[in-house]
Amino acid sequence: MRNICTIAMREFSVYFTSPIAYIVLVMFAIIFGYFFATGLAFFLDYSASMAAQGGMGAPTMNVNQFVIEPSLGNMSIVLLFMVPMITMRLFAEEKRSGTIELLLTSPLKDYHIVIGKWAGALMLYACMLLVAVVNISVLFIYTTPDWKPLLVSLLGLLLMGGSMIALGTFLSTLTRNQIVAGALTFGVLLLLWVLNWVSSFESSTFSRLCEYLAISPHYEQFSKGVIELKDLLYYLSAISLGLFLSKRSLEALRWKA
Amino acid sequence: MDEGVERVGSAHIPHSGTPLNPCSFPSRQIMIQVADVTKRYGPKTAVKNISFEVDRGEIVGFLGPNGAGKTTTMRILTGFLPPTSGTASVGGFDVREDPIEVKRRIGYLPEMPPLYPEMEVGDYLRFVARIKGIPAKDIARRIDCALERTASGSVRDTLIGKLSKGFRQRLGLAQALIHNPEVLVLDEPTSGLDPKQIIEVRRLIRSLAGEHTIILSTHILSEASDTCGRVIIINDGRIEASDTPENLSANLQGAGTLLVEIDGPADQVQDRIADEPGVRQIAREDGRDGRVVWRIEVEKDAEIPRRLAAAVVSSGWGLYSMQPLRLSLEDIFLKLTSDEQVAAEAEAAGTDPEDSAEEQEADDE
Repeated sequence: MRNICTIAMREFSVYFTSPIAYIVLVMFAIIFGYFFATGLAFFLDYSASMAAQGGMGAPTMNVNQFVIEPSLGNMSIVLLFMVPMITMRLFAEEKRSGTIELLLTSPLKDYHIVIGKWAGALMLYACMLLVAVVNISVLFIYTTPDWKPLLVSLLGLLLMGGSMIALGTFLSTLTRNQIVAGALTFGVLLLLWVLNWVSSFESSTFSRLCEYLAISPHYEQFSKGVIELKDLLYYLSAISLGLFLSKRSLEALRWKA
Repeated sequence: MDEGVERVGSAHIPHSGTPLNPCSFPSRQIMIQVADVTKRYGPKTAVKNISFEVDRGEIVGFLGPNGAGKTTTMRILTGFLPPTSGTASVGGFDVREDPIEVKRRIGYLPEMPPLYPEMEVGDYLRFVARIKGIPAKDIARRIDCALERTASGSVRDTLIGKLSKGFRQRLGLAQALIHNPEVLVLDEPTSGLDPKQIIEVRRLIRSLAGEHTIILSTHILSEASDTCGRVIIINDGRIEASDTPENLSANLQGAGTLLVEIDGPADQVQDRIADEPGVRQIAREDGRDGRVVWRIEVEKDAEIPRRLAAAVVSSGWGLYSMQPLRLSLEDIFLKLTSDEQVAAEAEAAGTDPEDSAEEQEADDE
């Protein structure tokens, strides 16, 4: 556990000694701020017009559904671009610079290294979520949003991001070139993101399988504040698979190197 | 250097597991044992059936051309690479069975020091100390110790990316030393340094002897004869020779060569000496003032120089000097490796296995 923490803390701090953390966080703050501000403007405009019509629809309008849900829902697209930036360096950089030799000749288990690196990247991602929470918390000053579904959707986002980062971690072990790792990660994530399109025009077993494998539909229930076992299992197994493949790939590295 | 501090630090590293090889001699303790190790990379064989032992406190130099298998052997010892076949053990722990125990006992400086350019020296050493399993309360002391030993305390707060080559190499050594390991494995510790830095690093390595068992690789011959108590010459994945630098130059001449300066008629001297039993060849090396320096190749026998001297004196000639000619390590090295090369070139016309092995290694860096 101490080893995992050491690796994770180093990874996390490296993001902040390099420009990566600042680029990712600032870009995210701007993009999320835009989503949030437009969502809020739409909500204000709409609720004002509803009120003018005589208050009939007023009870159905709530900030959770009309502001928080859509702005957080857009996270999966943002993640598509941000995750490769976060994960591409994890192993590729160490392989290129030879520092992987330090890790692999230290008294560490392979899974310490893999989980540590994954956790370090996840911590940066958690910082991104924190930026989102800061935006949303403004709502609590003016109104009373329901905080329980908000927490559930944050958990869902953490799981979704965690799975994508685990995948990116694995792809980063495959190459010593960061660009290749990043491009691969982006390609695979994009494919997983659009996989459920098949189900919109077909309803065979294949298309249902595709829908199940797609990464973003599993977040839908979380965003409504519902934790479903199949979604939870999907994300947890995606994380385990990513980390397991990374560990195997690290082992294979020893045989090839 | 505070020795007491050193000891305290090492005592806290847990020593669990059972040694494979409990036989420890009171005088001679085997620290590293390599038996029949072969390492293949796909169709290429980088290391072929090598076996050697290193005693506690020895400094052993791996000497060989680039791509000979030095780095591969070292990587096997450090647990970075598993051997294809054969066994290697460090401090009694097998590299495959107990890699964690082996890694606790080894400090490794790869050819390229494994440094993170975006970290500060102090933070980097703290990170290394943690992953090497040093208890939290000893870390600060161990960092001070490592920086002091490598005389790099002045750069503690510098970003590694801004360090000079010399300091990087020193920091690489500090990193290898930080957990006070029993064995140090140094892959070309002086490569890329200027002459002053090379001398400093060699001095540092010698100062570590005794307390640590050291294996270092080099392709600079003078370095091996300078720093190492024993030299293992590796060529094309095989051990060609293993001995002290002095013995290597004494033994590997096969027969001995004597340089003898004699004052006497050249043709008579030549005939007389050539008739002497045990003399293989005599040739005129140099001559001035009527004296001639002869290069005499003789069989290995302590009696021969004595008999030669007697023969010269009894013939009434003047014997001015007689000295055994020692081959330098360069000569031995060339002698050992060139035979191989000639054979290999004849065998595989065009494809040099050494080159491709080296390319493989270069790729991996």
